Amino acid sequence: MLAFILRRAIQAIGVMVVVGVVAFSMFRFAGDPVNQMVSIDTSAAERARIRDQLGLNDPVLVQFSRYFVNAAQFKFGTSYQFRQPVADLLAERLPATLELATCATMLAMVFGILLGVHSALRRDSLLAKVFQAISLVGISLPTFLIGILLIYLFAVVLGWLPSFGRGQVVRIGWWTTGLLTLSGLKALIMPSITLGLFQMTLIMRLVQAEMLEVLRTDYIRFARARGLTTRAIHFGHALRNTLVPVITVAGLQFGSVIAFSIITETVFQWPGMGLLFVQAVQNVDIPIMAAYLMMVSLIFVTINLLVDILYTVVDPRLRSTISRPA
Amino acid sequence: MSEPVLSVRNLEVEFANRHRTLRAVDGVSLDIEKGEVLGVVGESGAGKSVTGLAVIGLIDPPGRISGGEIRLAGLRIDDLPPEEIRKVRGKRIGMIFQDPLTSLNPLYRIGDQLVETMRTHLNLSEGAARKRAIALLAEVGIPAPDKRIDGYPHQFSGGMRQRVVIALAICAEPELIIADEPTTALDVSVQAQIIALIKRLGRDHGTAVMLVTHDMGVIAETCDRVAVMYSGRIAEIGPVQDVVRNPLHPYAKGLMGAIPTLAGDTHRLVQIPGAMPRLSAIPPGCAFNPRCGFVFDRCRVERPEPKPQGSQIVACHLYDSSVRNSAA
Repeated sequence: MLAFILRRAIQAIGVMVVVGVVAFSMFRFAGDPVNQMVSIDTSAAERARIRDQLGLNDPVLVQFSRYFVNAAQFKFGTSYQFRQPVADLLAERLPATLELATCATMLAMVFGILLGVHSALRRDSLLAKVFQAISLVGISLPTFLIGILLIYLFAVVLGWLPSFGRGQVVRIGWWTTGLLTLSGLKALIMPSITLGLFQMTLIMRLVQAEMLEVLRTDYIRFARARGLTTRAIHFGHALRNTLVPVITVAGLQFGSVIAFSIITETVFQWPGMGLLFVQAVQNVDIPIMAAYLMMVSLIFVTINLLVDILYTVVDPRLRSTISRPA
Repeated sequence: MSEPVLSVRNLEVEFANRHRTLRAVDGVSLDIEKGEVLGVVGESGAGKSVTGLAVIGLIDPPGRISGGEIRLAGLRIDDLPPEEIRKVRGKRIGMIFQDPLTSLNPLYRIGDQLVETMRTHLNLSEGAARKRAIALLAEVGIPAPDKRIDGYPHQFSGGMRQRVVIALAICAEPELIIADEPTTALDVSVQAQIIALIKRLGRDHGTAVMLVTHDMGVIAETCDRVAVMYSGRIAEIGPVQDVVRNPLHPYAKGLMGAIPTLAGDTHRLVQIPGAMPRLSAIPPGCAFNPRCGFVFDRCRVERPEPKPQGSQIVACHLYDSSVRNSAA
C-alpha cells in the first residue's frame, strides 16, 4: 500500500515537472519580461542590469531549475501589475476559491447522488421525470447564463441574495472564511449553485446509469433471494457498488470545478483565484498566469492521488492488486 | 402423509411486452416432501429456472405469475404482499444461483454478508451471528473458517465461493432450498463435491431441495424424484430410478438416451432431432410433436394432460389407453 502511494506520488511529481516546463515557457514566449516591468524611458544599460539581476542571461536549463525549485517552495516571483509576491496574492485568493469549489462540489455530490438514486429506483415517477428535465437544463445551459439568470431572479427581482462579492469574511490565521457570517453564507448560495449545477446533473446521470446497471447484477438478485430488506439492498449493497465509478468522476470534477470557477467568479465578481487569473490575462501578468497553472495542476494531481487511495478503501479487490504489483 | 413442503398447482408464468404475451411456464404441478430432492431437468428455455424463481417470488416485471398457486407447508405464498414474501425468502426458502463468481457482493466480507442475512431473519446478536457463521462455513467445508470469514469474495476460488453461497442459502435453516444449476459454472471435479454437499445438507437438516439442472448425471446421482420439463410444461415426473431406467415420454426417452455410459456397449449417443420451439412459436397440440418419433394425428391437435402411469405421471397420448386402441 505504501509502495503504491509512493509510486503514485513519484508519478505526480513527474506530471508537475512537465507542467512546470509549460508554465516556465510562458515567460519566454509571451514577450520580453523586462519590457513588461520597465517604463519606456528606461535606458538600455538599466535594462541590461535588470536582465542580469533577474538571471535572464543564464542558460535556459539553469533558469528553469531555479524557477521550478522556487515554485516548489511556493515562490512564484512578483506580479507585474500588483508589484507584490504572486504567492501572497494567491494565498489571499485561495480560500475564496476553495470555499466556493468545495461548497459547489458538496452540493453536486449530495444532490447528484440523491436524485440519481431516486431516479434509478423510481424510474417512472413524476419526480424522476422532473429531475430528468432539470438535468437536461443543467447539462445544456452555459454556466454564465445560469449565473446571470439567478442574479436577475434572486438579486434584481426578488432582492433576496447579493448579486456579487463574498459578503463579510472572518479571518482565521491567513485563511479568510465567509462561512461564519450570514452575509458570507448568503453570498455563497448563488455562485455555488451556478458552479455546481453542471456537476450535479453529471453525477445524477452517472449514478442513475450505474445504479440501474448494478441492480441487474447477480449479487443483487442473490441479495433479494436472501430476503434482505429493500432498504439494505438498495442503500447497503447497490449504492456502495455504484459509488466506485462515481468517486473517480466526482474527484476529477472537483479539479475542473476549481479550474472553471473562472467563469462563475467573473459573473459574481467572486474574489478568488479565477478572477485574479482573468485580470492577469488582461494585463499579461505572466507570473500570476504561470503560478495559477501550477496551482491548478497541483490540485488536480493531489485529487487524483486521493481518489486512487479512496478506491482501495471502497473496493477491496483493488487492495490485493495493489499489494501485488503486476 | 403429511403436507408437502412445496406444492405447486397449475403454475403459469407469463412475460408480456407491447406486442404479445409469452407463456414461459404453462400449467406446472409438482410436490416436494420434507427431506426430498426433486430434480427439474430440461433443455435451456424449458422453464426450469423460471419455475424456481416463481416459487421464491423473484419473477421481475414484465414477467408475472398469471395462474395457479404455490403453497409452502400449506401456506399460499404466490399472492403474498412484497414485504411478506421478502420474509419468506432466505428464511423459509433458500436459493442458490448458477454463478458463484457473481453471486456475492464483491465489496463486503463474506462474514458480513452471512451475519447480515442471519440478522435479517433470526433474532441474533452480532457476536452470536458471527459464531454461527463460522460454524456454517465449517459445515459447508471451508477450511480455517475462523480466518476465512474475514475474506472478501475475490479471495475465494469458484468452488469455495459456491460453498459460501450455499452457507448463505441455508443460514436461516430454510425448509426448502432451490438450487438453480448450482454446478454449471464449476469445474467437473468440484461439481461432484458441491452436489454431495447439497445432498448431505438436505439430509442432515431435513430440508427439501429443488435441484434445477440440465445435467442428467447429477439428477441420477442426487435426486429422489425427477421432473422432465419441455416448453414450459412437465412432460414426465416420477421416482428417479423409474424415469431414468424406464422413461415413458418420448422426450424423456430421448434425454436418457443421450446420457453417455461407461459400460461396454459403445453405440452412438441418441440425439433428439430438431430444437425446442421458441416460446413465440409453440406448435398446437403436444409441444414436442414435431420432434417426436411416435407422433400421430391426435398429438397435433390436442394437448396431452399429465396422467398417472405406474409410479410416474406422464403427459403423452401414447399412454392414454383408449386412444392407443383407437389409433392402432
